[in-house]
Amino acid sequence: MSVLGPVIALLVLIVVGTALNSNFLSAANITNVLARSAFIGIIAVGMTFVITAGGLDLSVGSMAAFIAGLMILVMNAALPVLGIGIPIILLGMAVALLAGIAAGLLNGFLITTLGIEAFIVTLGSMGIYRSLVTWLADGGTLSLDFGLRTFYRPVYFGGLFGISWPIIVFALTVIVGEVMMSRARFGRHCAAIGSNESVAHYSNVNVNRTRLMTYAMLGMLVGVATIMYVPRLGSASASTGVLWELEAIAAVIIGGTILKGGFGRVWGTVIGVLILSMIDNILNLTDLVSPYLNGAIQGVIIILAVILQREAKAKG
Amino acid sequence: MSYMKTLLAGCTALTLSTGAALAQDDETRVIGVSIPAATHGWAGGMNFHAQQTVERLEEVYPQLDFVLATASDAGKQVNDIEDMVATRGIDALVVLPFESDPLTPPVQSVAESGAWVTVVDRGLSVEGVEDLYVAGDNPGFGQVSGEFMVSQMPDGGKIVVLRGIPTTIDNERVEGFEQAIEGSGIEVIDMEHGNWNRDDSFNVMQDFLSKHPQIDAVWASDDDMAVGVLAAIDAAGRDDVQFVLGGAGMKELVKRVMDGDEMIPADVTYPPSMIATAIELTAVGLTSNAPVSGTFTIGSVLVTPENAEQFYYPDSPF
Repeated sequence: MSVLGPVIALLVLIVVGTALNSNFLSAANITNVLARSAFIGIIAVGMTFVITAGGLDLSVGSMAAFIAGLMILVMNAALPVLGIGIPIILLGMAVALLAGIAAGLLNGFLITTLGIEAFIVTLGSMGIYRSLVTWLADGGTLSLDFGLRTFYRPVYFGGLFGISWPIIVFALTVIVGEVMMSRARFGRHCAAIGSNESVAHYSNVNVNRTRLMTYAMLGMLVGVATIMYVPRLGSASASTGVLWELEAIAAVIIGGTILKGGFGRVWGTVIGVLILSMIDNILNLTDLVSPYLNGAIQGVIIILAVILQREAKAKG
Repeated sequence: MSYMKTLLAGCTALTLSTGAALAQDDETRVIGVSIPAATHGWAGGMNFHAQQTVERLEEVYPQLDFVLATASDAGKQVNDIEDMVATRGIDALVVLPFESDPLTPPVQSVAESGAWVTVVDRGLSVEGVEDLYVAGDNPGFGQVSGEFMVSQMPDGGKIVVLRGIPTTIDNERVEGFEQAIEGSGIEVIDMEHGNWNRDDSFNVMQDFLSKHPQIDAVWASDDDMAVGVLAAIDAAGRDDVQFVLGGAGMKELVKRVMDGDEMIPADVTYPPSMIATAIELTAVGLTSNAPVSGTFTIGSVLVTPENAEQFYYPDSPF
């Protein structure tokens, strides 16, 4: 049925990847692919709820860059007081989460309470956050203090039982998201609002509050993604997180969530994210196509995955 | 500054039509500066130097007024230039075109209106529009980088190359590089676009490391990309990579060259401060009789531990 399309696309990619390069399935490569998928993946889980409830958020990439910049500034400023240690890392994490929730609530407030089109609100905030991070960095790059960065590094590169932290956090986010979407009241409310707002309203669903919650949750997850992102290179600049919003939205749609809202599938989103980052990985691991054409290959596979889904749905 | 200067003045030492400026000191003249916004490290540095130069020159030349506009895309830059002509009546324009083709007609009409035109870094699609061209040397950038690679690896070796955003600039650099390493025994085993971006180059380098068991050196071709490459090598714990060569002259990397870091033995300049050269020369042209028309090529210089201090600007954001 409709669940098969993206799964088949992913399996085909894995087979192609393995055939082209024997290192494709090596533990190191799989770890690389999963860990770098985590940023977009964590954000895309939040995006699944927003889209399911009939909304959209274009600001997440800029928001991630802004939060990363803010986090670096706060941690550098607190360094003389707190010194290098667990407290300063926790402070940075708290800043990221709070800033994310606040940014999400602001988007949500403008969309629900003031009733402005989500596309316009988040297009606006996308520009605002992108400018703010450029301004904070004075047009250059904000870098975490070197000693602090060395201490913080294991949050991206370290892990438990050989599985790196970004993968663990990504997996936890997906499990919680999947349960919320398919088993909890919140997920059903999102779908109800997305498929018919008025009916949901008459069925005693608090439309505005549920929508607001989806944006706040997405903001918080952007904060979580940033917590994982900052230790990787220890820097943020105007080019951080560019086009993440489109990658996240593409992953959600490839995974079978309906762009107009009304139906969402968290695990599908995971498949979508993996498809996108695996295409990049395979193109880097082989010399089959000119690097100029990478974007075209990606485009074709994205469209194919969605077509497969439609065909399967029609037959089912 | 040891810039290799080639002032190919247009043979005729053109006495400026604006040379009369000296006689009428009380008249204020306006110089418009139009540059791309600070969307990446190099552009950030260029914005910083543009602002600094404008502030400094406003004090030096009370008779000059400056209008500085930054644009986030080519369309916005065209609007900026049209506004400058319409509302400020600029006497000279210093422009670093976002893209050559879309900016050529508007800059052409500025030149036709009789204003002085200085073009920086990226040339226009039609020759002979500008009065002064301050150019970065992209083929030279590639060549200096290639020559350094050859000198570091006399017996040859396997290298990977990270390229920038697919543009003429990137093509010229890579061609210059390939010419310089030809016949040296250095083999480029892989090449991908890292888009002058830290995150993209981190991912590309991780994949290069999975794909190739032996990589002797990396030409990252840009300092932002070098940062991503270094992080990827570090995380993989690989010790076969002997060094990484970046480019542009970012202060953090110049510092590492200065400190004798073995992974970063050198850097190649492509100075964002070339915008300062352009603004200064334009101001000189407007206020004195010194001829400044022609082409001014700013060469790419190899930064080594011996000369790194000259290229280290701790206050610049880049």
